[in-house]
Amino acid sequence: MTAIEKRLLVNKIVLGLSSLSALIGIGFLFWILYVLVANGIDAINWNIFIFEGAPPGYEESGLRQALIGQLILVGVATAVGVPLGILAGTYLSEYGQKSKLAEIIRDISDIMMSAPSIVIGSFVYAIIVLPMGHFSGWAGVVALAIIMIPIILRTTDDMLQLVPSTLREAAFALGAPKYKVIMQVVYRGAKAGVLTGVLLGIARVGGETAPLLFTSFNDNFLNYDLSEPMASLTVTMFNYATSPYEDWQKMGWAAAFILSMFILGLNILGRLILLKKKGR
Amino acid sequence: MTLLIDKLFANATRFVAVAILLLVAWIFTVLFQHSTEAIAAFGFDFILQDKWAPNLEKFGGFAAIAGSVISTFLAMLFAVPVAIGVAIFLSEIAPAKLKSPVGVSIELLAAIPSVIYGMWGLFYFVPIIRDIFGGLGIGMLTAGIILAIMILPFMAAVTRDAMNTTPDILKESAYALGATKWDVIKDVVIPYAKAGIIGSLILALGRAVGETMAVTFVMGNVHKISLDITAPATSIPVTLANEFTEADTDLYFSSLFELALILMVMSFVIIALAKFYFLRRTRKVK
Repeated sequence: MTAIEKRLLVNKIVLGLSSLSALIGIGFLFWILYVLVANGIDAINWNIFIFEGAPPGYEESGLRQALIGQLILVGVATAVGVPLGILAGTYLSEYGQKSKLAEIIRDISDIMMSAPSIVIGSFVYAIIVLPMGHFSGWAGVVALAIIMIPIILRTTDDMLQLVPSTLREAAFALGAPKYKVIMQVVYRGAKAGVLTGVLLGIARVGGETAPLLFTSFNDNFLNYDLSEPMASLTVTMFNYATSPYEDWQKMGWAAAFILSMFILGLNILGRLILLKKKGR
Repeated sequence: MTLLIDKLFANATRFVAVAILLLVAWIFTVLFQHSTEAIAAFGFDFILQDKWAPNLEKFGGFAAIAGSVISTFLAMLFAVPVAIGVAIFLSEIAPAKLKSPVGVSIELLAAIPSVIYGMWGLFYFVPIIRDIFGGLGIGMLTAGIILAIMILPFMAAVTRDAMNTTPDILKESAYALGATKWDVIKDVVIPYAKAGIIGSLILALGRAVGETMAVTFVMGNVHKISLDITAPATSIPVTLANEFTEADTDLYFSSLFELALILMVMSFVIIALAKFYFLRRTRKVK
């Protein structure tokens, strides 16, 4: 074999291998999606939305408490986390810019974004659950908000920086004070990007389970009171899936299907918004 | 009046931004405070002892720490070659028509919650491992494979982004000299993107260390070090997830908090290393 033939052969082998690994990766991932859809469609019925959790064996058993609890937990965490994240991101992009303090905050929030969420859970347990004496929805909200803030902060920072400075200068030249420039010019220009960050942040905390295990804990009954333990789809799913009862496991799959459709939907929506913005 | 609002707004943003720094410091302080009892009781032995016996009030974190390290190592072993292969496919080989759908589905699948990977692993993957290796099918090996699948999309996407930063002109000049595609990948793309690739691998490593739910399903939570990677084991996040709500004594709690502190320090160091050392350069590209 000549040197050239050998090089061409090696080339072929390597390209084949990397195409194969793409196939392996996609194969595994689609296997999971298939399992979700196959089990999920099978397990979903009206009972799930009408009834609350019941002991195994009961016909009238559902996930209503978990669905509503999930919406409340994620909704309130969003209401707390988004404004704080946007304010901090605004500081980085508009005031701090390249200053030392701003750079440190950027680095720390990058690290926070990948910090293990179970550690955040134990921190919130120590500062809220222990002093209160019991698990509560509020503790879950705080844990989710802590996870969400760095995500919103970094996307806001990035997106505000993309707004051309000529826009700011034009507004300043008209005599507008800085806060008005930020609120009426910069925020408006970065609207789509910030919204995408918010959607991705919601999608991220929507799937969190570990920090909820010992903050909001769980509840088998519908509950609107955040100062009490509260059910969530993820924790309910964990409990049901690891239980030995077949009908509970089935409800676990229903929860898994609903949750993953919700999260994939948010991700796709976020991408579409960005895409539409780029297209213009 | 306007001046006042202007000042208030500026200070509000600065206040929140600084509060985030303080929050991180607060997390470390609280974890440390709650660990003091365990630190006082066991000292450095906590890290080296593998006896974890709540009924005897004896706690050693070695089994959990070693479990985290081994399962993460296995995950990297399985995931790195495949992830780099996927990244090469996406950045250099895939025809334009395939690039975007394959790339997007890889990214979307990184968004699937880990509790779902755990369920899939328990019901569909554990039986396969059981059939092949015998035993329960639950343990370090299964956890390593599930972790590998979870970090794969993330690693592949970031590696692809790093590879995509290679300027076309470098590649074109190599092709003009008669290089094959593999020559270009090995001698131009990989060296150019090296820092970014290593950074993405370390970042994925950091994620694998802290990953909780997926592993909790398939690890078994047995505080024992075994040379057999198909035997049930535990890791720091698995121990925390399983035992936090069961802990009934102060010392038990304190030991769990010490584990949480160790996990936080581990992941902080790993991620900081990736960020500061390797990802600085490619950071603005994203």
